[in-house]
Amino acid sequence: MTIAPPPPWGLLAELTHACPLHCGYCSNPLELTRRSRELTAEHWVNVFRQAAELGVLQTHLSGGEPLLRKDLEAIVTGAEESGIYTQLVTSGSGLTADRLRSLTGAGLRSVQLSVQHADPAASDRIAGSRAFAAKEIAAALVTDAGLPLGVNAVLHRHNLDAVDGLVELALRWGADRIELANTQFYGWGLLNREALMPGRDQLARAVESVNRWRDQLDGSLEIVWVAPDYFDGVAKPCMGGWGAVSLTVTPDGTALPCPAAATLPGLDPVNIKDHPLRWIWEESKAFNLYRGTDWMPSPCRSCERRDQDFGGCRCQAFALTGDATRTDPACSLSPDHTALTALTHSAPGELTDLVPRRPTTGPRPASHA
Amino acid sequence: MTAADPDRWCPRTAPAVLLRHDRARGSHVLLMPERVVVLTGSARHVVELCDGTRTVTRITEELRARFPEAPVDAEVGPFVERMRKEGWIR
Ligand code: SF4
Ligand code: SF4
Repeated sequence: MTIAPPPPWGLLAELTHACPLHCGYCSNPLELTRRSRELTAEHWVNVFRQAAELGVLQTHLSGGEPLLRKDLEAIVTGAEESGIYTQLVTSGSGLTADRLRSLTGAGLRSVQLSVQHADPAASDRIAGSRAFAAKEIAAALVTDAGLPLGVNAVLHRHNLDAVDGLVELALRWGADRIELANTQFYGWGLLNREALMPGRDQLARAVESVNRWRDQLDGSLEIVWVAPDYFDGVAKPCMGGWGAVSLTVTPDGTALPCPAAATLPGLDPVNIKDHPLRWIWEESKAFNLYRGTDWMPSPCRSCERRDQDFGGCRCQAFALTGDATRTDPACSLSPDHTALTALTHSAPGELTDLVPRRPTTGPRPASHA
Repeated sequence: MTAADPDRWCPRTAPAVLLRHDRARGSHVLLMPERVVVLTGSARHVVELCDGTRTVTRITEELRARFPEAPVDAEVGPFVERMRKEGWIR
């Protein structure tokens, strides 16, 4: 008999891949799910009921742009009725006073708003869409409704110099929290890695800014800095460990240990339409493949940090070496680390080189198989 | 931030903060954006009384009556103050 793994705390609900924006750093897979294959609200309500029974306490309602789901209210109600705390992760496009009212009526608890740059024109250029004006309006609606507001910016070469402006914007918008997250190179972000890769001195300046703001604001605005993977030689404890803290359900119902895991070979992830969520979490192959430390190769196997970072990110190991079981190349102890560091010395990329995220016209992923 | 007056201030949980019983793990938790705070010991009883109708002094008295063995006087004040600084109660 085996002991069941500890239950998950969080569920990332990717409600749709549709999005009016075209951010080239998006971590969604290149193969975006069509709207006709999306789960229904009924499916989601069922997922939340099972998730709550399993131990999930919080959910991020994300995408794509979740506001594009006309039945978002029913989905929020489902989460709320199961006792799950809801946070909407949105670009702000399509948020009106009426919509927010019906969402909070359904039980929505908080909102995270993405922004691409502090300067409206630059933000619109990065998003590939005139999206900034809607964000400003959305921020005001959220704070007027008394909901906590988080501002979220994915950082890269083309906005890292605007960290000061982004913090000022978060203050102006009345946010409780700003997340400054360096691009993770998955999905579209991986495809656009060269164009997005920051410069070393640019990063150092951004870190200085963040520290300065933290001192100055003394906690009145929470500033979260997600360090870039390729630069400091430290592997991130991806998702707090494989199948340890949270799970992702994609628009078509595929359950994944991490949002970027869809590309991993041999994972055989299953769909929530076909299996109970508890079985998926506790027993399915996808959630057990890299759970714990038994699967680890050297040098992780004998490393004292193996219980803290779990050998780093499987998706990154696969993206960079073609082998998902290797030590994350972001770790300075990895035999592949020099190859990764070399990528940080590439010539500065141009914003115009970015391949915009689009449903059908984007290039397809190169297969590693 | 100066400490609030325990005889006047009637703390209540912030709108974004939710007290829930976590059935799967058998504990009480505070839910808020991006964060779960697991309440240990008698913390839950303190939060339950933060409903905006009782002063901190009264909360302390009620808990002292309910848990005569517990170090209520030493613990409630600092815990309430910490929750206020974190923004969980106001
Ligand atoms: S990163 Fe941009 S394109 Fe991707 S889902 Fe978010 S808003 Fe849409
Ligand atoms: S060798 Fe493995 S376990 Fe050790 S620090 Fe690097 S990634 Fe983490």
